[in-house]
Amino acid sequence: MTKEEALVVEGLTRRFGALVAVDDVTLRVAPGERRAVLGANGAGKTTLFNMIAGDLPPSAGSIRLFGEDITGLSPQRRVLEGVRRTYQKSLVFGGMTVRDNLYVAVRGATGPRLAIWTRAEHQPDRHETDTLADRVGLTDRLDTLASELSHGEQRQLELGMALAHPPKLLLLDEPAAGLSTRERESLVAMLADLPRDLTLILIEHDLDIALKAVDYVSVMHNGRLLAEGTPAEISANQDIQDIYMGRHGK
Amino acid sequence: MRWILPLAVIVLLLVYPFVVNSFWLVQIGGRTLGFGTIVLSLVFLTAYTGMLSLAQMTVAGVAGYATAYFTAPTGGVGLLLPWPVALVLALALATLAGLLIGLVAVRTRGIYTLMITLAVAMAFYYLTLQNYDIFNGFTGFNNVEPPVILGLDLGANLPFYYMSVVLAASCYLGVRHVVRTPFGLALQGVRDEPDRLRALGFNVPLLRVLAFGLAGFIAGIGGILNVWLNASISPGSVALNPVIDVLMAGVLGGIGHPAGAYVGAFVFTIVDNFAIDFIARERFNTLIGLVFLAIVLFSPDGLTGLVRRAWTRGTGWARRDRGGAPKTDDIGK
Repeated sequence: MTKEEALVVEGLTRRFGALVAVDDVTLRVAPGERRAVLGANGAGKTTLFNMIAGDLPPSAGSIRLFGEDITGLSPQRRVLEGVRRTYQKSLVFGGMTVRDNLYVAVRGATGPRLAIWTRAEHQPDRHETDTLADRVGLTDRLDTLASELSHGEQRQLELGMALAHPPKLLLLDEPAAGLSTRERESLVAMLADLPRDLTLILIEHDLDIALKAVDYVSVMHNGRLLAEGTPAEISANQDIQDIYMGRHGK
Repeated sequence: MRWILPLAVIVLLLVYPFVVNSFWLVQIGGRTLGFGTIVLSLVFLTAYTGMLSLAQMTVAGVAGYATAYFTAPTGGVGLLLPWPVALVLALALATLAGLLIGLVAVRTRGIYTLMITLAVAMAFYYLTLQNYDIFNGFTGFNNVEPPVILGLDLGANLPFYYMSVVLAASCYLGVRHVVRTPFGLALQGVRDEPDRLRALGFNVPLLRVLAFGLAGFIAGIGGILNVWLNASISPGSVALNPVIDVLMAGVLGGIGHPAGAYVGAFVFTIVDNFAIDFIARERFNTLIGLVFLAIVLFSPDGLTGLVRRAWTRGTGWARRDRGGAPKTDDIGK
């Protein structure tokens, strides 16, 4: 029996009219692996994420999570199957406290989602927010409104929300976007501290972060998968460096 | 300090009947509570789910018409049922109407939600005007009275007032409760970042439709109080003016907090009743329009926003003012 892959994406394609945003991409990610998807703007990285998370149906191809075909599942069902994602820009619930933000994430992952009789503060799973806050360093900000957090803290909160009821597959879309150098360092540390059984795929523009935080790298260019390799191989590959820095062709 | 305001409100509501005459008791007090509950259904939608609706008076009208149809047949139209059955049916129909309007509105945002709910409201108005089999056309229904329970006539001034207090308070506290439950928090997630909420595993359209259903239930309670207060219902009760009055009262009071619904309804009722004393009847809309404009200009979060800021400054109890329209609840916490 072959080892079961955490995520297998096969021949995944997405067309927007004449534009092929993702073109026949095949990826295999092992359980517990940390993978980075690199590529210039418009390479199709986020579209790829959108299809894996279920936000966008693929035009062709299939997605399997731990051997199970999830290609046709709704985003909500995929969350139950253990897929979580964050977005490029901070999407937190500004009118709610950090604790409530995290709690909504806990409930989204486990349900029941429409409970209407008992207040959140009396729910048995309310304490899970403490663990999450601790993991992303927001323990002393639990009662702050999310809109009052700094940009860096909002990214931490997003990560905390995505970690609710441990996911099997975590998709991080440019987690370091807009962070200061110091915040980037603590983000890398936070990613390193995540449980090793968690499979992680991240999109990153910052080569430094991407190469520091992951085991393996996939490079996309114009919707196609261009190369794969370890961070060392990728940083040694001049072609890829050129493309990534935008010095290549069109 | 935080219990002072709620306590003052409770005492005020309880002793109010003993310091005012019957006009103030029913036409101001009762109307504020019934109309305010309809406004509350709009404030609930807006403050906690970020959706606007112009069909809340329509949903209240569904409950009002159902109450009338089943308890006060007029001109051969209607079906007399025991009042508990009639009231349950009225609330069920209002909730159903809310859910259906939610289904229609769920894919729209902002101004488009307003337009589509306005379209529903106007369609219902013309239906009531032209249909004689169910709505008795232009005449509508008369002599719609609250029941007499164990010799207590709920239609008498004092019992009617206290019944209105109990129902309005239940709706208000119910909203305050629901927004703190997992369901209510998810609704606030719909308001703030629907995409993020979906990525967390929630069904956003379902939440939106359910919010409209709950708002329909609340508006239904207000609609029943309203039909009893007027003792009648006709197409004029669900015409364009009352439909817009709900939105006006909501903005007057402050669309960001459930208390704003009743504050707005009170101010609206006062202006509605007394404008005629110092201004010609046909100038009423000018006056209410000017009051509206002043509020929107000087306090975008309505009268409750003014009170909140004065209160915060006075006691230093609340967290610092966040500025802008309030999205979470502070008063009475």
